[in-house]
Amino acid sequence: MGDPLDGCNPPSDAHVLASNSQAQYSPEETAKHGEETMTPDGENDPTTTSKDKKLNGSNITITTETPEGKQAQVQENENDNEAENENQPGEGQTVVEEEEGKEEEERPPLPPRPPRTSGESSLTPFSPSSRPALQSRPTTAVASVEVHTRSFSDGLRGFFSIPGYRAISESLSITGLSTGQSTPAVRKASISESLIDDTSSLLSHAPHSNMDGDLAGLLADGMNAKSPAWKLLSTQAESGNPFEGIDDDDTSLANFEHEFDEIDAVDSKGENEEQLLVQFKAKFKHYMILSSAGKPIYSRHGDQNLINGYIGVIQTIISFYEEENDHLLGFVAGGTRFAIKIDGPLYFVAISKLGESDSQLRAQLDALYKQILSTLTLPTLTQLFSNRPNTDLRRPLDGTETLLSSLADTFTKGSPSALLSALECLKVRKSHRYIINNTLLKTRTKSLLYGLIVAGGRLVSVVRPKRHSLHPSDLQLIFNMLFEAEGIKAGGGENWIPICLPAFNNKGYLYMYVSFIDANHDDETSDKQSTTTNDDDDRDDEIAVILISTNKESFFELKDMRDDLVKQLRKNGSMEIIKTAVSQGRPSTTDIVPGTPLKHFLYKSRANVQFTMPSFSPNFTSTIKRRRLMSLYHELHASTHVKYSPVKVLHNVSRDSSALAWITADFEFYCVAGPKASRAALTEGADKVIKWMKREEERVFIIGGAVF
Amino acid sequence: MAEATAPKPSSSVKLVLLGEAAVGKSSLVLRFVNNDFQENKEPTIGAAFLTQKCNLPTRTIKFEIWDTAGQERFASLAPMYYRNAQSALVVYDLTKPTSLVKAKHWVAELQRQASPGIVIALVGNKLDLTNETTSSNPLGDDTDTDAAEGEDDGDARKVSTAEAKSYAEEEGLLFFETSAKTGINVTEVFTAIANAIPETSLKGARGPGAAQTASRTEDQSRVNLTGPRDNASKEGCAC
Ligand SMILES: Nc1nc2c(ncn2[C@@H]2O[C@H](COP(=O)(O)OP(=O)(O)OP(=O)(O)O)[C@@H](O)[C@H]2O)c(=O)[nH]1
Ligand SMILES: [Mg+2]
Repeated sequence: MGDPLDGCNPPSDAHVLASNSQAQYSPEETAKHGEETMTPDGENDPTTTSKDKKLNGSNITITTETPEGKQAQVQENENDNEAENENQPGEGQTVVEEEEGKEEEERPPLPPRPPRTSGESSLTPFSPSSRPALQSRPTTAVASVEVHTRSFSDGLRGFFSIPGYRAISESLSITGLSTGQSTPAVRKASISESLIDDTSSLLSHAPHSNMDGDLAGLLADGMNAKSPAWKLLSTQAESGNPFEGIDDDDTSLANFEHEFDEIDAVDSKGENEEQLLVQFKAKFKHYMILSSAGKPIYSRHGDQNLINGYIGVIQTIISFYEEENDHLLGFVAGGTRFAIKIDGPLYFVAISKLGESDSQLRAQLDALYKQILSTLTLPTLTQLFSNRPNTDLRRPLDGTETLLSSLADTFTKGSPSALLSALECLKVRKSHRYIINNTLLKTRTKSLLYGLIVAGGRLVSVVRPKRHSLHPSDLQLIFNMLFEAEGIKAGGGENWIPICLPAFNNKGYLYMYVSFIDANHDDETSDKQSTTTNDDDDRDDEIAVILISTNKESFFELKDMRDDLVKQLRKNGSMEIIKTAVSQGRPSTTDIVPGTPLKHFLYKSRANVQFTMPSFSPNFTSTIKRRRLMSLYHELHASTHVKYSPVKVLHNVSRDSSALAWITADFEFYCVAGPKASRAALTEGADKVIKWMKREEERVFIIGGAVF
Repeated sequence: MAEATAPKPSSSVKLVLLGEAAVGKSSLVLRFVNNDFQENKEPTIGAAFLTQKCNLPTRTIKFEIWDTAGQERFASLAPMYYRNAQSALVVYDLTKPTSLVKAKHWVAELQRQASPGIVIALVGNKLDLTNETTSSNPLGDDTDTDAAEGEDDGDARKVSTAEAKSYAEEEGLLFFETSAKTGINVTEVFTAIANAIPETSLKGARGPGAAQTASRTEDQSRVNLTGPRDNASKEGCAC
């Protein structure tokens, strides 16, 4: 029988051979696309849809889709070798292409890289300096902000003023947002510096079938190329910690600890507005949702009075492109990336100084959209707007705001689960999991669709019908509601929640029974509700039983099932096993491989859509350290998930860390060590972890769950 | 707990809480069940089911409580929760007049659609936000009731006791003003409901709709108990 989550594998786990993708992507196309966006001075190119403007000294690059919906821009290749290989089909190379989701075709290109001014840092982590031609430049080198060149499909071209742009520079004050060269710039500069000599950046196009377990072989060339001096250096302090020696002048994440502080409301006279705007602009991340009619729906930061102006500007900009049927996907201003996603009547905007890639931000926006669907269902959403395009969605969404915010904050803190779109499971012995699965199956009642046991935020067991799988994006919504947002848990008692799981069926509601079992409260009186727990520490102890049905009247049936289930789990010792496993927490890297220089890693099993990782402690417990780690993982992930010919093996050295990413057909592996760790040490560490993973696979992951 | 001595007859009573969003339904339940209060309680999603025992002199009542979500989008699910309920707590926020309007709608809907003998209590919550001397006599005959103007004294009351009380009397509802925050009158509401449930409609079983049909009879359809004072603190819930 298949694993519990098979069939729900997101398409991202599909892989195609390079020959296919190259067929869709001929060299001519490359050339053509290249013309569109990458000509050094393409201001007269009538096909250009990339609108670059010089604004108050900061560059804004706007990427759009062409009217035909084709990608207007080529994903810039991260590496010379790769670019060459890519344009020479028929070399018999096998390249695994990541297909990120069904929306592949709509998947926007990454915006062009901002230009690299001399002496200043580049935003492009791995962009080799040898290809200046690929750096985007302002295509209209006109100083005045108002003048804008635009081409129409009928070949006409016009100059006209766009008040919206002025509005950006004034009220959004992009220059303000980007002053101080925000987050990613500083550390990325160091990365790209170290990568300029080609020795530190490696990639391989070796057939992936040979890759498993032979990382060292793949990296051998690079290792030989090391200079003696480097070898000498690298023998020192291999075990240093990442992000430890960060210079004092690296203020990139200095205010990140205030990221989640609430901004006060604008007072009645608007006197504090100025000061609130300063706080507002200091945020690293913004998420805004508005209707296409310009009604604000949600903003992570700032109250309505503070954001109204921005919402207006955003609506103007997006609608301007929409009217031309030319969908705006995003733009970059200084160190700030704006990603835009349009779903029917809704506009989603993410504004980030944290260095995520365009597609990563877009995935985050998609999760927010799914949360809205989860509250309303698609037909209701559509109907609301078709009846009244001017609908104020805040009323119908009442109460969803906290769920959106906890999702948003999960992304801002950095979530391995969201990044990898995979689940984490609680590690228990295979035989123990077998017993738990069977107990679920035995106690199952007829209304049950899905049953889950979750402990410490990790999945212990799933029961599901053979024909239906559980999609990770649906589970993300459930986990967010139950474990990140406070509402449900804090209420005590048992809950009966109507919920739409969009990936399962976006047209209707399911009914979710939720009960938190107090781990420290053994006897039957435990349905005397445990007192609420607000501490973060307590969160990890909770065991939740989640039973989902299509029948809204089945609460008591599922409650009886839960009582039966808990009784059985106590009787057969499983409850004790779960509790022990939860209280042990995740092992540290050195528990897994004694003496390893690795400080942290992520391992995703692609077939199981599950991942595992060691504990964040002791090195990444603070919010900022954890964010740095997650930013690094985001970079590695972005480089290995670009649309065309992504890198399969990546070794990334920077001033404060060294890291390795390794993607095969079976797994994705990312690991991080201190800056002085040699490539050999990293490779060896990675090999050992992967060997451990193979050994422990059936404990770490749910393979073959309870299916009925 | 006080489960020690002679086994008193014990029966369960289904209770549903209804009322506009954010009036404090969940907070009242949290106070009753856990004797706790949270300053920033998140809105309920769907409904929460909780139980709590209430010891009366002659018997033990086990409340099976449905704390429903007040947000509009969940309104259509409400019948599922009040359908078999023997009692209902309809809550408004006494600093928010519109919430009393909503409460009246709920009362009307219950009278139309719920079991005929249902015991309904109207509860004005957030009494702590008024500056009245709330000590002994929260229902007292304060004459300074029309309160809207008193805000500079920190009095946020917008619904006078007299107005709500007279409405409750008209409709034959129990009536209390409470504060989930300070705990004032919270246990009293539940005790009063426990006492008001007619002996005949009490059965031991929990099963959905168990004690419905037979025991609930004609004349109980208006259990008129306007004098909560007599059963307040003295035989309060020992929980
Ligand atoms: N001052 C004061 N605040 C209260 C009182 N009761 C509740 N609150 C606050 O009012 C807010 C809403 O309370 P809830 O208990 O969540 O209200 P609810 O009726 O359950 O709301 P929904 O679940 O959305 O229907 C919370 O911030 C509570 O802290 C009270 O007696 N006094
Ligand atoms: Mg509530």
